Amino acid sequence: MSDRQQTFDKVAELIEPFNKKGVSLSESTTFQGDLEWDSLTVMDFVAAIEDEFDILITMNMQAEIETVGQLVDAVEKLKA
Amino acid sequence: MTEAVQAAQSLPADAAPLAPERDLMSKFDGLIAERQALLDSGVTDPFAIVMEQVKSPTEAVIKGKDTILLGTYNYMGMTFDPDVIQAGKDALDQFGSGTNGSRMLNGTFRDHMGCEQALRDFYGMSGAIVFSTGYMANLGMISTLAGKGDYVILDADSHASIYDGCKQGYAEIVRFRHNDVTDLDKRLGRLPAEAGKLVVLEGVYSMLGDIAPLKEMVAVAKKHNAMVLVDEAHSMGFFGPNGRGVYEEQGLEGEVDFVVGTFSKSVGTVGGFCVSNHPKFEAIRLACRPYIFTASLPPSVVATAETSIRKLMHAHNKRAHLWENARTLHGGLKDMGFRLGTETPDSAIVAVILDDQEQAVAMWQALLDGGLYVNMARPPATPAGTYLLRCSLCAEHSAAQIETVLGMFRAAGQAVGVLG
Repeated sequence: MSDRQQTFDKVAELIEPFNKKGVSLSESTTFQGDLEWDSLTVMDFVAAIEDEFDILITMNMQAEIETVGQLVDAVEKLKA
Repeated sequence: MTEAVQAAQSLPADAAPLAPERDLMSKFDGLIAERQALLDSGVTDPFAIVMEQVKSPTEAVIKGKDTILLGTYNYMGMTFDPDVIQAGKDALDQFGSGTNGSRMLNGTFRDHMGCEQALRDFYGMSGAIVFSTGYMANLGMISTLAGKGDYVILDADSHASIYDGCKQGYAEIVRFRHNDVTDLDKRLGRLPAEAGKLVVLEGVYSMLGDIAPLKEMVAVAKKHNAMVLVDEAHSMGFFGPNGRGVYEEQGLEGEVDFVVGTFSKSVGTVGGFCVSNHPKFEAIRLACRPYIFTASLPPSVVATAETSIRKLMHAHNKRAHLWENARTLHGGLKDMGFRLGTETPDSAIVAVILDDQEQAVAMWQALLDGGLYVNMARPPATPAGTYLLRCSLCAEHSAAQIETVLGMFRAAGQAVGVLG
């Protein structure tokens, strides 16, 4: 399994507790549109991602991340 | 003449309206519909109250009815102080109604200097800069202090002016969980050691009225070599031995790099400021856009502020009475069974937490009809999606008024079904 796939799987696992609607996840799933997360949910989720990968995702970066795929890419870049 | 210009000239004066998808105002359709639904339920619009007369710091006439004010941030009741009013009248007579200019050009008058000196004396600090509002003070200080490549670390429940200060600048923005010292420590630890860092905190968080563990937070910030800015908007005049704020109460004199405050609450007029002991503090005046590119406060405003600040230095009785009022209101509401924002009366704000918008509006309306004004607060201004009726006390509320207020809350709570 590639590193990226592993990261995707981990991100997907961390999304699950916040995935109240049971949306099936793909690279193009959006946090706002598909998962319908509000800013508080985003904050809790980002904290979970940061703790898991020991990285820091600034609000400036968060503003650029709309899809699960973009988040996986960002995580890959930050933990490198 | 080109065809395009001819076509433009021949357009009828009453051109067809823009298609909805091109109308920039269409984005507000949701908001308009939500407000209309609220009004259709028959309530008074909580966000369109008009004070027809203001009789004192604690009483106004709203819709023809005498109303007790319990949601004004007029903590120290300075708005009708005779010395404060006289100072404003004298300044109007001597310096006119306005400055017509920026502080940097023609907008600095005698009383702007006097007001800044009063702030230096009040805070015992070497530097003071007055801004046109508290919002502008945060906007200006945060966006100017933290530049490209620097980091601003802010509490998730920060006031809109702090968030907007972050957006206005070019720094990287990092949030930590509200009042969570461990989370702040963890996030600071993940930042590049060499980067400039500004931790922004508030003494009192205005929605729930809870106070920050500034002592622990400032220690954590210093450990990571970050500078600290504390907004003391909701504490000036009644926290700490000299009324300087929560930072003074927690023994942090000399530990906080910048203190931001406002004249629109305890001081009783309008305006904002930042005080600091930093030797280069004056440089802010040369670089801060929200300081430079706006008109300065009118002379009457800075004159009232100066007089009020000087009186607040010695307002020990008012301070004691304000705390007494906070304790009585908090204890009374808690005993009745209301859910409050804080376990104990931590500040001059007592927030009553309600289940949803419907209940909050019904309760708010019942109180208003009974002659009591409180603030209704709703998401996104409130933390964790809560609906609040926020009460803020005034040193000029009499003990009898607080008893009356408690009676009104009991009656409204029973009528609406919030109390069993």
